[in-house]
Amino acid sequence: MNTLDSKIPEGPLAQKWTNYKANQRLVNPANKRKLDVIVVGTGLAGASAAASLGAMGFNVDIFCISDSPRRAHSIAAQGGINAAKNYQNDGDSVGRLFYDTIKGGDYRAREANVYRLAEVSNNIIDQCVAQGVPFAREYSGLLDNRSFGGAQVSRTFYARGQTGQQLLLGAYGALSHQIARGTVKLHERHEMLDLVLVDGKARGIIARDLTTGEIKRFAAHAVVLATGGYGNIYFLSTNAMNSNGSAEWCCHKKGAYFANPCFVQIHPTCIPVHGDYQSKLTLMSESLRNDGRIWVPKKKEDVEALRKGTLKPTDIKEEDRDYYLERRYPAFGNLVPRDVASRAAKERCDAGFGVNNTGLAVFLDFSTAIQRLGRDVIEARYGNLFQMYEKITAVNPYETPMMIYPAIHYTMGGIWVDYELQTSIPGLFAAGEANFSDHGANRLGASALMQGLADGYFVLPYTLQNYLADEIYSGKVSANSPEFDKAEESVRQRIDALMTIKGSKTVDYFHKKLGLIMWDYVGMGRNAEGLQKGLALIKELEVEFWKDVQVTGTPDSMNPELEKAIRLADYFELAKLMAKDAYHRNESCGGHFREEYQTEDGETLRNDNDYMYVAAWEYQGHNQDEVLHKEPLVYQDIEIKQRNYK
Amino acid sequence: MNFTLKIWRQENAKAKGRFETYKVENISSDCSFLEMLDILNESLISNKIAHPVCFDNDCREGICGMCGLYINGRPHGNDDGVTTCQLHMRKFTDGETIWIEPWRAKAFPVIRDLVVDRTAYDKIIQAGGYVSVSTGGVPDANSILIAKDKADKAMDAAECIGCGACVAACKNASAMLFVSAKVSHLALLPQGKVEAANRVQKMVEKMDELGFGNCTNTYACEAECPKLIKRSNIARLNREWICARVGKEK
Repeated sequence: MNTLDSKIPEGPLAQKWTNYKANQRLVNPANKRKLDVIVVGTGLAGASAAASLGAMGFNVDIFCISDSPRRAHSIAAQGGINAAKNYQNDGDSVGRLFYDTIKGGDYRAREANVYRLAEVSNNIIDQCVAQGVPFAREYSGLLDNRSFGGAQVSRTFYARGQTGQQLLLGAYGALSHQIARGTVKLHERHEMLDLVLVDGKARGIIARDLTTGEIKRFAAHAVVLATGGYGNIYFLSTNAMNSNGSAEWCCHKKGAYFANPCFVQIHPTCIPVHGDYQSKLTLMSESLRNDGRIWVPKKKEDVEALRKGTLKPTDIKEEDRDYYLERRYPAFGNLVPRDVASRAAKERCDAGFGVNNTGLAVFLDFSTAIQRLGRDVIEARYGNLFQMYEKITAVNPYETPMMIYPAIHYTMGGIWVDYELQTSIPGLFAAGEANFSDHGANRLGASALMQGLADGYFVLPYTLQNYLADEIYSGKVSANSPEFDKAEESVRQRIDALMTIKGSKTVDYFHKKLGLIMWDYVGMGRNAEGLQKGLALIKELEVEFWKDVQVTGTPDSMNPELEKAIRLADYFELAKLMAKDAYHRNESCGGHFREEYQTEDGETLRNDNDYMYVAAWEYQGHNQDEVLHKEPLVYQDIEIKQRNYK
Repeated sequence: MNFTLKIWRQENAKAKGRFETYKVENISSDCSFLEMLDILNESLISNKIAHPVCFDNDCREGICGMCGLYINGRPHGNDDGVTTCQLHMRKFTDGETIWIEPWRAKAFPVIRDLVVDRTAYDKIIQAGGYVSVSTGGVPDANSILIAKDKADKAMDAAECIGCGACVAACKNASAMLFVSAKVSHLALLPQGKVEAANRVQKMVEKMDELGFGNCTNTYACEAECPKLIKRSNIARLNREWICARVGKEK
């Protein structure tokens, strides 16, 4: 039985989306008003989807865990958003953006989805400009672009170092417009804790009001999951503190397949870890690699002197510096994709060339660019990032090179979706980082914003409507059914179970331990033995958690400890699946680097014969082995090659 | 470093609040202010002293606008151009007593401890803080030319993170800096011009309705804004509002 129908439309690659739109079913305006849609999450994907669906006339309920939709973590994206506008006349095209994204993802993304993404990328820029997003301009008044990793063209649009913020505020504005019109109802400080299925279809959610602790029911004809990724499973990541994987996980437990959970992106340029009290890692935008050069000393004695503080980085002569990315990858230099840059940093640090006390840092140096362009130009380009760096580290990056190290940043894996972004549960859709579809085993910089907005503005309005066309006959969905009773009861039981343990250790104690296990064994470099060991350690810790965690307070009031405990309980289960997925994939691709499978010069070694598929896992119950479904990846229009950035 | 903390505790919106005193010890100077509070909370739980202190926070890199504490009488504490999450303990002296309060404003009622309800800001935006375009049917991005200096000025205003520090800093709890940042951002751009007159009136009306005070030009808002939003935006808002009221083209 092949349960994985990706529903890719017929026809040549460039015609598929056009064909789909020409043949999709529509809902007339009078019926749209009678159809209810739940959107969970207010980041780029959720806000843009809710705003678009509301504008079309559907009744939308949107949920966010923060006090306002504008807090969603899309806001923190710094560098930019890609589009194939070719405004720079440098040879860009839809086909080129498509190709770069597939190649960047190491040939593990679905061709048809990625092509559609490249196709609608241009509409996104038009849409955002119309909303008043203040993108950077040239003196002519035209839009400016810059370059990002994995591309040889300048196709990235940006708003200083706050592109995510400006795009999210654009989507938030569109969402606010619809809230004012009454088509969208906002539920702030609400967290989804379960998905409700009626007759096999997604029909609503159970959510906890984080202010009062009240458990509430919401019914609808379809549910859109736009809750971001699960990078916080590592405790230390560039994700926001409240970002979590629980909404995804409860859908998975209800039957939504989880695809490629082990594909995690580790971003090469983050501020290094400095203490065990640390709560998160701060990203320094990839755009810095346009002008910054990454290096470590060539000589071990210089490394020692740096660590002792007897030598300053600026004292090290040019010929004694190893610009290892430029050395290893002359064609792309400092702008190689993230997974390549991260591994190269790890390789140098593992070889003993790390430049700080922990030995886990490399330099990102702007002195060449400042000499060439002047400090003013660099300040105009990256001023806010330099300020952020100085506030955190108390070091002035105009004078001393930044110290950076890779950190967990993004999860390419996520809920499995077909071409319509529908999951394996009818009526449940997943958008943005929450789905798995577009980035393969590694996401290129400035593509997350593109994907979130593509899904919300330009894909779901078509595909969700196609689904809802059948729902006009079903009438209002009631939240007073036995299915809702059961789901609510199971949420209450889970909360009770956590509250009654009354153990001796805090939630964060366990989360930090889990994070370390994940980083050590399911992190940047993985091997079969380590993954087995990691899995055993996760299981042990999970048992200890359920025996000895202490959740203070009461469930019927604002209680951040309880929120964290619920999320962590789900992370334990997800962690096991990530380890299992990483163990089963006997190859290296993109961000999934299995140390046993590498080329002589340390690059990823794919195994296309055996692993050119999406691994979609089906939940079987707690501590039961999940069942693997394979979606073969077929590339019609692309020649499959070993990735080469040399 | 060691600190004595005087923290506002309040069970819920209706309960009476009070200051409680806690001590934290051996804090690294590289620790952020919120990490210091994490350490406090871990010890409150482990030593069964009290329910951990509730405070809003999310991105911890100064962009989401979720955190906001009134520290020693200053919104976001004693450093310029930072949010609470970007404040580091090296800005304090060892042994210091630190007073930590929530934002104090009628329009931002306390939910619990240091957490306040800022949904009033969303309501102001919903009153008109956007360009009313729906998805699709818009012109090519480069068909709208915008002079670089205009685009830069619009971006300066658009950098507002909606944290509420301006309201907390203002003795009148006025939201003028927040509202003017959005009004300016959109009024400076051709896309926002079309609805500018209507927007400014609707947003100001909503701001007044929600219980924010009036502006008496003390500019405490500008002094405390973590994103350094300028008071000239307030002047622009006033100009926009007056022109809109008299129905005059600017």
